[in-house]
Amino acid sequence: MSAALELIDLTKDFGLAQIIRGVSLQVETGERHAIIGPNGAGKSTLFHLVSGRIAPTSGEIRLDGRRIDGLAPFEIYRRALARSFQITNIFPRLSVYENLRCATLWPLGYKYAFWTPIDGLGDVREKTEWLMEQIGLAGRRDVQAGVLSYAEQRSLEIGVTVAGGANVILLDEPTAGMNAGESAQAVALIRRVSEGKTLVMVEHDMGVVFDLADRISVLVYGRIVASDMPERIRENAEVQEAYLGQAARG
Amino acid sequence: MKRAACFLWPWLALAAVFALAPRVFSSGTALTMMSLMGVMIVFALSYNMLLGQTGLLSFGHAVYYGLGGFVAIHAMNAVIHGKLGVPVAIMPTVGGLAGLAFGVLFGLVSVRRAGLVFSMISLGIGELVSSSSFILRTFFGGEEGITTNRAKLAPLFGLKFGPQIEVYYLIAIWCFLCIAAMYALTRTPFGRICNAVRDNPERVQYIGYSAQGIRLIAFSFAAFFAGIAGALAAINFEIMNAQQLGAQQSAVVLLMTYIGGVGYFAGPILGAVIITFLQINLSDVTNAWQLYFGLMFIGFVSFAPGGVAGWLMRHREAARSGEFRRLAPAYASVAPALAAGLIGAAMLIELANRQLAMARSEGSAMNLFGFAVDASSIAPWALALVLFAGGVAMSWRLWPKVGDAWDSVNAGLRAKGRA
Amino acid sequence: MLQLIAFSALNGVLYGMLLFMLASGLTLVFSMMGVLNFAHVSFYMLGAYFGFEIERRVGFWLGFFVAPLAVGAIGAAVERFGLRRLHRLGHVSELLFTFGLAFVIEEIVQMIWGKLPVDYRVPPSLDFVAFRLFDTTYPAYRMFMLMTAVAMFAALFVALKRTRVGLVIQAALTHADMVAMLGHDVPRIFTLVFGAGAALAGLAGAIAGPALVTQPSMAALLGPILFVVIVVGGLGSLAGAFVASLVIGLIQTFAVAMNGSLAELFGPVAPPFMGDLWQVTIAELAPIIPYLLLVIVLIVRPTGLMGTRES
Repeated sequence: MSAALELIDLTKDFGLAQIIRGVSLQVETGERHAIIGPNGAGKSTLFHLVSGRIAPTSGEIRLDGRRIDGLAPFEIYRRALARSFQITNIFPRLSVYENLRCATLWPLGYKYAFWTPIDGLGDVREKTEWLMEQIGLAGRRDVQAGVLSYAEQRSLEIGVTVAGGANVILLDEPTAGMNAGESAQAVALIRRVSEGKTLVMVEHDMGVVFDLADRISVLVYGRIVASDMPERIRENAEVQEAYLGQAARG
Repeated sequence: MKRAACFLWPWLALAAVFALAPRVFSSGTALTMMSLMGVMIVFALSYNMLLGQTGLLSFGHAVYYGLGGFVAIHAMNAVIHGKLGVPVAIMPTVGGLAGLAFGVLFGLVSVRRAGLVFSMISLGIGELVSSSSFILRTFFGGEEGITTNRAKLAPLFGLKFGPQIEVYYLIAIWCFLCIAAMYALTRTPFGRICNAVRDNPERVQYIGYSAQGIRLIAFSFAAFFAGIAGALAAINFEIMNAQQLGAQQSAVVLLMTYIGGVGYFAGPILGAVIITFLQINLSDVTNAWQLYFGLMFIGFVSFAPGGVAGWLMRHREAARSGEFRRLAPAYASVAPALAAGLIGAAMLIELANRQLAMARSEGSAMNLFGFAVDASSIAPWALALVLFAGGVAMSWRLWPKVGDAWDSVNAGLRAKGRA
Repeated sequence: MLQLIAFSALNGVLYGMLLFMLASGLTLVFSMMGVLNFAHVSFYMLGAYFGFEIERRVGFWLGFFVAPLAVGAIGAAVERFGLRRLHRLGHVSELLFTFGLAFVIEEIVQMIWGKLPVDYRVPPSLDFVAFRLFDTTYPAYRMFMLMTAVAMFAALFVALKRTRVGLVIQAALTHADMVAMLGHDVPRIFTLVFGAGAALAGLAGAIAGPALVTQPSMAALLGPILFVVIVVGGLGSLAGAFVASLVIGLIQTFAVAMNGSLAELFGPVAPPFMGDLWQVTIAELAPIIPYLLLVIVLIVRPTGLMGTRES
């Protein structure tokens, strides 16, 4: 069985700076995989590469066995891979309902349809209302996304990401800037929406990581130094050194 | 059943207004003005498909209006010449298709870039087409333009559309259909994604849409409806002139749409009506009417970016929840100062206009707001200056009252869960 | 033939320099403030008219110095009292403001000076022949224009690269927020740069006025070409604007100077549908060449020749 997402010897250079230096990774279908690492390791760059925002310098990215490196973001989304953003990236002037609704359209087959009234589409409405319930914003249905609170916007961000029913979901620091209570709610939300899907998550909050992840990969200076089950990662000397410096070893 | 009624009544009201307006305003000038308004409504709504709905600021939209009109007028002449049995009533379709064709053609080049670069490209293409009009004389008719006679086409239900009243109703019907069509477009998946592209063109790609693709379709539709407006203009005026696809015409439609309000569907309709009215009437009253338009535009950009529609909608929300009475006293206190400032400004402009532009040839005596004054004497200038300076100063001092009033209104609205 | 090429090259370079004088100010303001100033050519026009008025009453040289300063002051005032309050509303509002402003300035100029061209003359001190080439003379005033343009660029270069203020401005070009955090009065810097840009445009107008026609439509005629220059050169790139200015200046000048048509080349009988196009001379095409260039460049290289900043 081929992995849901496979990175093969991926590199990315920006001028003379090598940001990603040969990353190979396999994420199995249905797995919840976390990528952690110190700041500047290249985690966001990795997401940009996978989601099509930038093209790799060399290497392959395979989704369900088919190559997606070099494709445009919308082409990758149409192959059922979706990503969220570290800095909330929603549609500020649209309401919560509209934000979610827009994200459901393409996968439901409506594409560029300019001949059918959207309010009459039952499947769109059902999906959108279900999503609103899932992310807990049903009570804020008609509020403009730009005026929501930070945590609400992060929830909406996740909602927009999973609205299309993508099979592989990439979440970029979903709990960034949240307090303990908000993080716990976010974790519950992520668990709900990634049921039966493949999840790859970049996170800094170790509590969240160990709570959700089936496997963890550690990215340091553009390379994966360890990729294993959470308990083994906790004890891995190289990982400790990367995070805590020489002192940890002694 | 109630929802259907709720939905239908604005449309019925609109149809009634279109149908009955000539009864109320029956003079020849009124009829001509209303016909022109109908054309401009379609034009401005098509422009807002780009600006308000998809976030594309174009400085060259008149190209599609003009080309639609020119193709339509040539088609009409061909029909007349060949004695083909095509009625004038369907000519707007020809204009629309021409607009669509050029929209796709130029759109392919234009929408590759977004934002500011798109605006500059639209300017460049506008100039390209408008400069070409000097070269392609057969198509554009040089300085005299191309003329036609709409009454010479085949009649429809016995109507030859010679008299203005018949043309008015033709325009009114097309206008109503276009309004309905463009409104319907906003309620489709495509229309909703246009709004998403406007808000965040980057994110749109991560929900499966090519921003360029959406823009191209929106651009083509906008050009289609602009072409229809151009054809209606060709039918109405029976002449097409290269000026109608130039930078000035593009600026006018931008002005109409912006002042009407880009954030609401009906905004451009208001803008088209108001600006057309002013264009026709203000030029009778003063020579400096274009200056007033420019200043009005700057005023709206600086102080009322939501346009007239935006301004009305804000007050509608307040009025609905009964918070309006908090605003009334604040407005009442500021209004005289504002009025004084505006009147003073107008006086200064009129005096300057008379003294600088016209005194040498026509003397400095003039009629200012009904009073006979001499623009070369100090008195009227002094009065104008005092009104203007005083009005501005007082408005400045009193404006915070309006701000405070709105704050309390918003607080009230929030308390009622409406803000 | 050689004479034609030589003079066209000189004139083309001059025209290109004039375009760059305008494009540089526009690009600087855009790079720093994100505002594309539609009224930039209007400041150019004001410079010409102010120069004319001062020459009429006192003399050309006073106008040469005072007109740019006056226009710069107006520009600074516009930024301080008009544009500044719009920064929070976004770039579209700022752009539309300058669009309205350009319109208003043109109307006011028409009101004060009338619709016909005014007689802004070359001053007697510069009204001689610079040199003869073959049988034609080249006026000294044009050489003066060229020299002023070069001097202006040199001064700009020194000001930006060698002074403290220049250093701060360069920093503010890309990192305005950071510069503010370091304690500099960024709004004041914006006003200064906007005013300086206006002054440069005014200077261009003050010296171009006697050579080209000084009339109310001079802004509207040059405006679109200027925008083509900066888009073709790449928004935000001074080097690109330089190259594009020269290219467009040279091409347009050569097109007007040469005068052939397809008819002269291929015979008087036009193939079907080409009717008008067959008779058109290259000189008649000259006005639309910049826009054709714009379309071609955008198809081939969407970011412009040396595009740096995305809007």
